[in-house]
Amino acid sequence: MNTPTPPLARRRTGRLVAGVAGGVADHLGIPVTWVRAAFIALAAMWWAGALAYGLLWVFVRQESSDVERSTPRRERQQALGLAALGVAAALTAAALGNDLVGWIVGPLGVAAVGAALVWREADEGQRRRWTGSGGRNALWRTVAGALFVAAGIAVFLFGQLQLGQVQFALLAVLATLVGVGVLTVPWWVRLVRELTEERRERIVETERAEIAAHLHDSVLQTLALIQRQSDQPREVARLARGQERELRAWLYGPGGYGRGAAALDEGLTAALAAAAAEVEDTYAVTVAPVVVGADRTLDDHLRALVLAGREAMVNAAKHAGVAEVSVYCEVEDDEVNLFVRDRGSGFDPDDVPGDRHGLADSVHGRMGRHGGTVRLRSTPGEGTEVHLAMPVRTHEEAAT
Amino acid sequence: MTEAMIRVVLVDDHALFRSGVRAELDRAVPDVTVVGEAGSVDEAVAAIRHHRPDVVLLDVHMPDGGGAEVLRQLRPELPDVVFLALSVSDAAEDVIAVIRAGARGYVTKTISGRELADAVRRVHGGDPVFSPRLAGFVLDVFSQKPGAAPPGDPELDLLTRRERDVLRLLARGYAYKEIAGELFISVKTVETHVSSVLRKTQLSNRYELSRWASDRRLV
Repeated sequence: MNTPTPPLARRRTGRLVAGVAGGVADHLGIPVTWVRAAFIALAAMWWAGALAYGLLWVFVRQESSDVERSTPRRERQQALGLAALGVAAALTAAALGNDLVGWIVGPLGVAAVGAALVWREADEGQRRRWTGSGGRNALWRTVAGALFVAAGIAVFLFGQLQLGQVQFALLAVLATLVGVGVLTVPWWVRLVRELTEERRERIVETERAEIAAHLHDSVLQTLALIQRQSDQPREVARLARGQERELRAWLYGPGGYGRGAAALDEGLTAALAAAAAEVEDTYAVTVAPVVVGADRTLDDHLRALVLAGREAMVNAAKHAGVAEVSVYCEVEDDEVNLFVRDRGSGFDPDDVPGDRHGLADSVHGRMGRHGGTVRLRSTPGEGTEVHLAMPVRTHEEAAT
Repeated sequence: MTEAMIRVVLVDDHALFRSGVRAELDRAVPDVTVVGEAGSVDEAVAAIRHHRPDVVLLDVHMPDGGGAEVLRQLRPELPDVVFLALSVSDAAEDVIAVIRAGARGYVTKTISGRELADAVRRVHGGDPVFSPRLAGFVLDVFSQKPGAAPPGDPELDLLTRRERDVLRLLARGYAYKEIAGELFISVKTVETHVSSVLRKTQLSNRYELSRWASDRRLV
């Protein structure tokens, strides 16, 4: 027996009252007759079995409608007999107790039978959705059930009449509320369930619409652009790379679709990624930043570092003559190191023409003003690496 | 030349991408031949069992389990087959998961045909392939965060200074030869360090390795 235990669910077909006993039997893997007998035995003890049955009826959901099973006639009769026996036993037990118990339990028992009738109709109705196609029988059974409930409560109240008028009025109000509440329990339970289900579906639907909208706005538009410019490989590469970056950020980026976590908008990682993206878009090269270490919020020093780094990327993109620039950033507790490297033509730093201000002003000047250092290594023919180091204040210093 | 051919099976759920890689490898690279393709985990397992390739190019993301699932099913049975992860995914936890499942390296799908062939040759030769991004991920995994749990096994849970230097240079976009020149060591030594880092990434039970994947939000 390796089949997993089926979840507890009331039987929809092959049931006698509400399918509770059958469901419990399926769940526990024992014959249904035993379960029924157990309920009956418990019912004889101050209706405990009936109470348990009622609670299971209310709170256990019905199995799905595609399960078909038949009940042999003999089992039906046996079950009916058991049920009758149970009611008799319970009534006897009640009568054997003192008068008060008899008075209370008796009429409430009638009310319970009425409620059972109505609830059974509600179960049937779940299939028909109460659209009126239930026919005369359903209506009749519901009314009969309601009558039972009313009668039971009335008899119970008449027994208490000597309590006096005020108490009677209070009791009547209370009894009506209880009666209405009892009668409508199945609808409440169902309502809550259906609302939950509906909300879940709506969330899925919204999600789907959002994805479709996003893909339309981004990927489809870019593909259209690429088709129109298919004779310009550089432009196609630029478009594809930009779209890839955007989609990647949407899927995997901080706060992206696949994560849901809040993004550090003004962080170093985001700023560096944005700078790399700008350079990629402007110069049609690939710039892939790799960042190691905990992200930091930008302050003036780090902003200067990112701007200097951006200038170094621009230089590499413009002068190195290669399609790829490596950017590596390592965040340490007291220092942030940024490396911008290309494998391009390289140059001799002493040989830079005097009219090229990028390196002198944008990189050296900026870093120097904020206490950072620049190291430049370039070998003609092998490429260039710019190493920018910026000391950062620790959090304790920043707090004081 | 024929005996030196590296036989490759290509696993990716996008047929278009497979044919692109295949064309590129067939056209540009004489010593790498694609002997089989697969578009799902089951197909991959069957194809790899049938062809017994030297190298498997493995997509990280596939329906029904992805590259990690293929590795899980085949690693014990075929220890000689080398796996190289090939993905568009930038999600660090996905990449680390495939490496831990037994892949010998990770490259992104935007890599050129020539670079891909180099990577295939290198993993075939027994050396791991660390793209700059993977090097960054691994550095992050082994970073010494303040307040981090003490290592359970220092041999596996900590990188040596040299290994860290090598990884940093890898992340900066250096090739093995350039790293060797930079650190005044031989290329062989660089390869040894990288292999050691790969082994630690696969075997370490470092506390961060599991937690890091869940709380890391930056890529």
